[in-house]
Amino acid sequence: MALITYREAIKQALAEEIERDENVCIMGEEVAQYNGAYKVTEGLWEKYGDKRVIDTPISEAAFSGLAIGSSMLGIRPVVEMMFMSFSYVAFDQLFNNASFCRYMSGGLMNVPIVVRGPANGGTNVGATHSHTPENLIANHPGLKVVCPSNAYDAKGLMKSAIRDNDPVFVMENTLLYGEKWEVPEEEYVVELGVANVLKEGKDISIITHGRCAMIALKAAETLKTEHNIDAEIVDLRSIRPLDEATILNSVRKTHRAVLVEENKPYCGVDAQISHLIQYKAFDDLDAPIHRVSAIDAPQIYSKPLEDWQIPNETRIIDSVLKCLA
Amino acid sequence: MPSKVATQKPVKKSTSKTNFETLPINKKLSKEEKVGLYETILGIRRFEEKSLQAYNQGKIGGFLHLYIGQEAVAAGIVSLMEENDHIITAYRDHGHALAVGMGMNECMAELYGKYTGCSKGKGGSMHFFAPDKRYWGGHGIVAGQTPLGAGLAFALKYKGLKGCAVCFLGDGAVNQGSFMETLNLVSLWGIPVVYVIENNGYSMGTSLKRSSAEESLAKRGEAFGIKWDTCEGHDVFEVREAANKAMTYAREELKPFILEIRTYRYRGHSVADANHEKYRTKEEIETYKKNKDPIIVLKNKLIADKTLTEASAKEIDQRMKDEAAVSSKFAEESPYPPKSEITTDVYWTVDNDKDQQLKGTYFFND
Ligand SMILES: Cc1ncc(C[n+]2csc(CCOP(=O)(O)OP(=O)(O)O)c2C)c(N)n1
Ligand SMILES: [Mg+2]
Repeated sequence: MALITYREAIKQALAEEIERDENVCIMGEEVAQYNGAYKVTEGLWEKYGDKRVIDTPISEAAFSGLAIGSSMLGIRPVVEMMFMSFSYVAFDQLFNNASFCRYMSGGLMNVPIVVRGPANGGTNVGATHSHTPENLIANHPGLKVVCPSNAYDAKGLMKSAIRDNDPVFVMENTLLYGEKWEVPEEEYVVELGVANVLKEGKDISIITHGRCAMIALKAAETLKTEHNIDAEIVDLRSIRPLDEATILNSVRKTHRAVLVEENKPYCGVDAQISHLIQYKAFDDLDAPIHRVSAIDAPQIYSKPLEDWQIPNETRIIDSVLKCLA
Repeated sequence: MPSKVATQKPVKKSTSKTNFETLPINKKLSKEEKVGLYETILGIRRFEEKSLQAYNQGKIGGFLHLYIGQEAVAAGIVSLMEENDHIITAYRDHGHALAVGMGMNECMAELYGKYTGCSKGKGGSMHFFAPDKRYWGGHGIVAGQTPLGAGLAFALKYKGLKGCAVCFLGDGAVNQGSFMETLNLVSLWGIPVVYVIENNGYSMGTSLKRSSAEESLAKRGEAFGIKWDTCEGHDVFEVREAANKAMTYAREELKPFILEIRTYRYRGHSVADANHEKYRTKEEIETYKKNKDPIIVLKNKLIADKTLTEASAKEIDQRMKDEAAVSSKFAEESPYPPKSEITTDVYWTVDNDKDQQLKGTYFFND
């Protein structure tokens, strides 16, 4: 095992897949010569050249659509959105063309593209640069979406996403890029649709995804030491497809659930998870399901307030205590 | 930017002066090929007339954007497609579909929403596809197909295949941002895509004058250093001459090209557009029909060069009418897709998960 950053893990996945399949290429703004706005693709252009690592103009609609069109003929582009927020100007390409072309053709074609980039708040950049659209993506049948919370998952999920024959969005997180985790030297993939129990516990299930899973882990430590509460942490990893069984098994064991995500609450991913639990594990619940989401307003700029707006340890602990009260 | 591009003028060619059928690209056509062009153009017309009838009888719903009047454009361009060429278009897509060789039965059944339709009833009028014929749709969002067309051509270049993608769009579609973004991209990267603007003078009820600040649409290419040309779309031989130059240029030079083809639609924007004589005059429609109907123009030329006789032309017409009638009968008698089809063809991996290896839930129905 090597201790590497989330950023390095993604880069390894990209490099390995470029080497494995000649049809894999990377395109996006500043991905090649500038080494990536967040340096995720650093060194790849130098190593693999213009054909495989391609700088685009600032035209998200054009290069997303181009990637989709090329994938119809077997190219497997990995499109970097400098921020997932910018995918909104390519909305039609991603949310009509990538998601529905297969369906509208009656299954005659498929769109094997990956759209990747950071989708997070907490960076003090205001509302236009802080979107977490995994709920929006999951609301489009035909698209798949994963939210790796650590370097191991980031690498493994990225490799699966690139090999997948459907469009997959990989939601990264700028606050995780520099964090380090143990990652095996040998090749591995993380399958889509498989959640990960990050920590076992018996008193309450915290069901979460993305960076919130890491915050929940810290909150669980405090809950243990200060409140003697043994929380189980379920990291969804994949939003669509969704590992329902792992969620339900956890709730059936602990009988209580707190759902934590950075999405805004209304129609967020956890609205669906909440429905799932009440529908399939109603009799197992000893308390209402509680949710911790971003506070329901556009992302605020002011740093201390933004840190409060998105889920943090304090808000998670408060919610767990309420759920157990 | 090459000066050659900048100095090119949007001169209107006088179509009466040039006998396009005598130019090499058309002269080389065999008798069978010329008859084939006539069959394609006529087939599209008769198919759509039949579909209109079915629509008016309430058998087809939704939108039905008829291509009637524009047939020579799709027929001419598809006739030039080489082994590695691909096409893609917008929602007015029946003509292109039939021109690439899709059957009337599967197309008509799709309009009816039947299981035997080309997309199993999942796409409808605006979303016909035939990847095996290198036809990539059928796209309902105005100009949404324009980056996709660039992508098809990008894939050719990436794989080192000599070919081009032809991406059709309307005179209204040129004002979409995605198209303008794409023009810059394809010129910057040297992508062999030909954008064919089917300028029928109207986007829904808005005339070109009321939607575009500059009358020449193809000329916009100059801003991106893209070569462009214009031609008339009623004479399939003229379409072939202009499109051949454009497509050859794209294939040979690995560069994009914009070809604006002036054409005309006889019917409303869609069948639901009953008001189409309010935003244009009846005379305008009748004058075009009388002087520039692509079927009549071609028929006269083929009779003049003895490819056809009145009798053989009539025979072809009857055959196309019969084929269209058979297709509507086929569509009528076909079943609707079973309810289980609602959730197939959404994900490739789900459809191909023969050994049930996939993890997780893909569909969220209680
Ligand atoms: C993004 C978008 N806006 C509006 C529409 C509705 N709409 C469909 S066709 C059309 C007119 C397009 O005209 P043009 O590009 O000239 O093509 P034509 O219909 O003449 O073939 C409009 C406004 C749409 N389908 N997509
Ligand atoms: Mg038009």
